Amino acid sequence: MNKIGKPNLEIFSETLLSEAKKNKDIIVVTSDSRGSGKLVPFGKELPDQIIEVGIAEQNLVGVSSGLAAGGKIVFGVSPASFLTARSLEQIKNDVAYSDRNVSLIGISAGISYGQLGSTHHSIHDFATLRAINNMTIVAPADNFEASQAIKQSVSYDHPLYIRYGKKPMMDIHPPGTEFKIGKSIVVKKGEDLTIVATGETLQRAYLASEILKESNIHCSIISMHTIKPFDKKTFIEFSKNSKAILTVEEHSIFGGLGECCASLIAQNNINVKLKILGIPDEYMINGSQADVLDHYEMSPEKIAKISKDLLNK
Amino acid sequence: MDLNQLKIKSLEYRKTILDIIYKSGAGHTGGSLSCIDILNVLYNKVLDINPKNFNEKDRNHYIHSKGHSVEALYTVLCDQGFFSRKDLEKLNHFNSHFIGHPTRKILGIEHNTGALGHGLSVAVGLALSKKIDQKTNKVFSLLGDGELSEGSVWEACTTASKYHLDNLIVIIDRNDLQITGKTEEVNPIEPIDKKFASFGFETISTNGNNISELLNVFKEIPIQKNKPTVIIAKTTKGSGVSFIENQINWHHKVPSEDEYGRAISELNEKLNSYE
Repeated sequence: MNKIGKPNLEIFSETLLSEAKKNKDIIVVTSDSRGSGKLVPFGKELPDQIIEVGIAEQNLVGVSSGLAAGGKIVFGVSPASFLTARSLEQIKNDVAYSDRNVSLIGISAGISYGQLGSTHHSIHDFATLRAINNMTIVAPADNFEASQAIKQSVSYDHPLYIRYGKKPMMDIHPPGTEFKIGKSIVVKKGEDLTIVATGETLQRAYLASEILKESNIHCSIISMHTIKPFDKKTFIEFSKNSKAILTVEEHSIFGGLGECCASLIAQNNINVKLKILGIPDEYMINGSQADVLDHYEMSPEKIAKISKDLLNK
Repeated sequence: MDLNQLKIKSLEYRKTILDIIYKSGAGHTGGSLSCIDILNVLYNKVLDINPKNFNEKDRNHYIHSKGHSVEALYTVLCDQGFFSRKDLEKLNHFNSHFIGHPTRKILGIEHNTGALGHGLSVAVGLALSKKIDQKTNKVFSLLGDGELSEGSVWEACTTASKYHLDNLIVIIDRNDLQITGKTEEVNPIEPIDKKFASFGFETISTNGNNISELLNVFKEIPIQKNKPTVIIAKTTKGSGVSFIENQINWHHKVPSEDEYGRAISELNEKLNSYE
């Protein structure tokens, strides 16, 4: 059984603090979000490297862009829901179009806020940011990916969005795994179907594969941590050699991982079954993150059941 | 450069603005003419930004938040040698970087603007970076008066005030008009000075189409240590051409051949008075 690690959000803040201690040009910008971003220790240890703009997400993104224009390596940290909706125009113009070295960190992403409801959910962020030119989108799955994403973002000179959840995550990747923004990680290989997951749903896909193994069904699992630029090569290779593809994401079924995969399958004339799991287009049910994901067919058991159905087993 | 030379520049710049808008068939005539004297004084007397130092980190900065008045900015940057007049003639051509709003694809332009209410936050971020680096460089940003309805402008003001950004100089091109009509009828924004003052700025008003007044104002900045400055520059939309001044329809009207001819004649007459 894999070990349960820390919340990715904690890994983010610890890694960023460690990087910022080594590099004085790293500046964090928060919108009354240092508590929810686990950045209180950062603020205490490096008070000269944190800018607080108050509850003003548009300003947070604009100020981040200006700091980057002044040569800083900037991390704009705010709840993913507000950051990628309210400040969308600032992201589009002041970060992406202006090509600034800003990493936008969407905290408590997806449906991490659970019962706080749809105002606080970001099930639109992949879709909206995918349609913005010059944006890179990363959704780390486990602590390893969470930490690597931040380490690489320091030297990533272009607009970047990384989303983090706040529940402890299972360690998926063994030591020595290679992480590179834009390159997916093949977690395991199996000849029956391929499950592609992004962010924290990877854990659920992984657990589903363990259930399927008991029925002698062998899956490939791909961690598609980078939603854009999409690792087309790996995905197409697996699509061509799988009996079915199942995608799992903590996001609307529109405009995210699943539709990206569907587009690649269709445009490359690949004859493979596809099922997209995500949040459907409806008034969302309320509940904890785990209960809501379970409700929308993303429990490990349900993912395993849907996989079997896809394979007619 | 003395006062007369600057005044001549302003007339020449107006001719260039009209020329590039007329030839390219598009542009924001009224707003470009209202802010041109401010840009003239900034680039010729205040900013010390030129093609040689533009890629250096330690210099002053200028963010053109009212991005639609890009023809004024192109005109002044061209005169400063950032690009040739021949390049500028490509305005609005297919595959040209000279488009209807500023982009960093053109040397001399600091930031991509066009959507209103964005420039000030970026200027605040730049000014913060100077403070962090303990540099004395200043950051200037020009905003339109209609732009002040954008809430993000006031978000930026709170941060400028909180961090005591006395290296931030905001200039309001107060020409009283926006695309629909008078600013005070579309969505009243007065009292501008009291609003900025209550957000922690030191405010000063001037005639933004008067070169000597502008020179005097820029000599005084920052007005007060530890506080950001706002200069409310009272201007005339379409300033310098009698039949364009204060006319709502000249917000982005392109002169006809006849209008272009009359405008250039009027400006030439004024130029002749200096010779």
